[in-house]
Amino acid sequence: MNKVLLGLVLGAILGAIDGMTAWLTPEVRAQIAGIVIGSTVKGIIAGVLIGVFARKVQSIALGIGFGLAVGLLLAFIVAQMQHGYYFQIMLPGGMVGLLVGYATQRYGRGQQSQRT
Amino acid sequence: MTQLSDSVVARLRTEMQVPDLEGTRYRIVRHLARGGMGSIWLAEDTVLKRRVALKVLDLVAPADDFGARLLQEARILAGLEHRGIVPVHDAGTLADGRAFYCMKYVEGQTLAQHIAAKNIQEKLRLLERIAEPVDFAHAHGVIHRDLKPENIMIGAFGEVLVMDWGLAKVGAPGLRSAENEISTLVLLTPNPSRVTGQGTVLGTPGYMSPEQARGVTTQLDRRADIFSLGAILAFMLTGSVRGEALAVKGNVPRPLRAICEKAMAADPNARYQSAGEMTDDIECYLNGAPVLAYSEGLLERARRIYARHRTAIVLVAAYLLMRVLFILLSRR
Repeated sequence: MNKVLLGLVLGAILGAIDGMTAWLTPEVRAQIAGIVIGSTVKGIIAGVLIGVFARKVQSIALGIGFGLAVGLLLAFIVAQMQHGYYFQIMLPGGMVGLLVGYATQRYGRGQQSQRT
Repeated sequence: MTQLSDSVVARLRTEMQVPDLEGTRYRIVRHLARGGMGSIWLAEDTVLKRRVALKVLDLVAPADDFGARLLQEARILAGLEHRGIVPVHDAGTLADGRAFYCMKYVEGQTLAQHIAAKNIQEKLRLLERIAEPVDFAHAHGVIHRDLKPENIMIGAFGEVLVMDWGLAKVGAPGLRSAENEISTLVLLTPNPSRVTGQGTVLGTPGYMSPEQARGVTTQLDRRADIFSLGAILAFMLTGSVRGEALAVKGNVPRPLRAICEKAMAADPNARYQSAGEMTDDIECYLNGAPVLAYSEGLLERARRIYARHRTAIVLVAAYLLMRVLFILLSRR
């Protein structure tokens, strides 16, 4: 599996799990479907961005840093749209970015060398 | 008639051994080492202005037979163009009738000197680089037959070179030796371990395979070198010279012990069948993957998987912990 696809799959899975945990917050339980879809899409976007970065840059530290930054940024945008729950949204979002950042650096096939 | 003292005779002998380089492009600098049928001299190539090593046949050796063998050794080396095999620049016969060949002068340390301060991973990487030219030679039908730490040189820039192909045997590429194989051998020297012929022994005790120790020279194939690579690995891991009775103990991890034992199996069929196969197993060990030579228990497998994916496991655990904390907090 290449790094971009790995990022996409991991981002989608972790994003979906992230969204599903909103069910445990009674105030937002009614909007669970929208939250899961939104969170999955957020995870996919983050995963693809982090995967593309991992293809270009081979560094675990930079990969984790970039993943964390992307995860936090996207989570911040979502939290802004929700007008609250910054901690509940941004902490897991950052963790997901960090996990995907590490995984795409450590695992997955890198860029193929070009044939001349 | 005046009798010469021992010291004068010894001095004359030494002087006689100095090769006559008249008419060649080389100039002797100093003596480097003595081999089975000749000596290695440090020389200067006066045309290219570089230092080279000259292997010159002993004056006392019966020149025709041994000269042909020395040139055969040079031809084998010349045919093995690999970064891990010392390159031959020139070969021929000196004015005094002695055969010689000229090769790259390697400045560096022997394997034993080099590995003193290395950790296991570095030693394993080093062994992979030793096995590489050996595998290359096997692919070209050449068996070294005298692999040992003294014949491995590590250059000043970390380059690994397999030296002394004086016992090498050429056959058809493949596992078995061809019947019409050529041997560069060897020697009627004072060293009994280096006498050849069917039923006689050549090689170095501790590093030569049981079949080689029995003197079954016609049945030797590349698996004899695999045995030697196993013995070298055991030496690198334990610091002691090993014979057939392998007891790699101490701090050597079990998979590595198993790799040594498989490489040094008494039955050639039970060994790795190529140097590449052996290095693949070493690579598996280095990457935290299961090793072919060792069947691990459940606990060992779990430990290996944890060691291989430690960071990922810690991150996932941290994520799950965070999730559990969120659940607990949301229920308050």
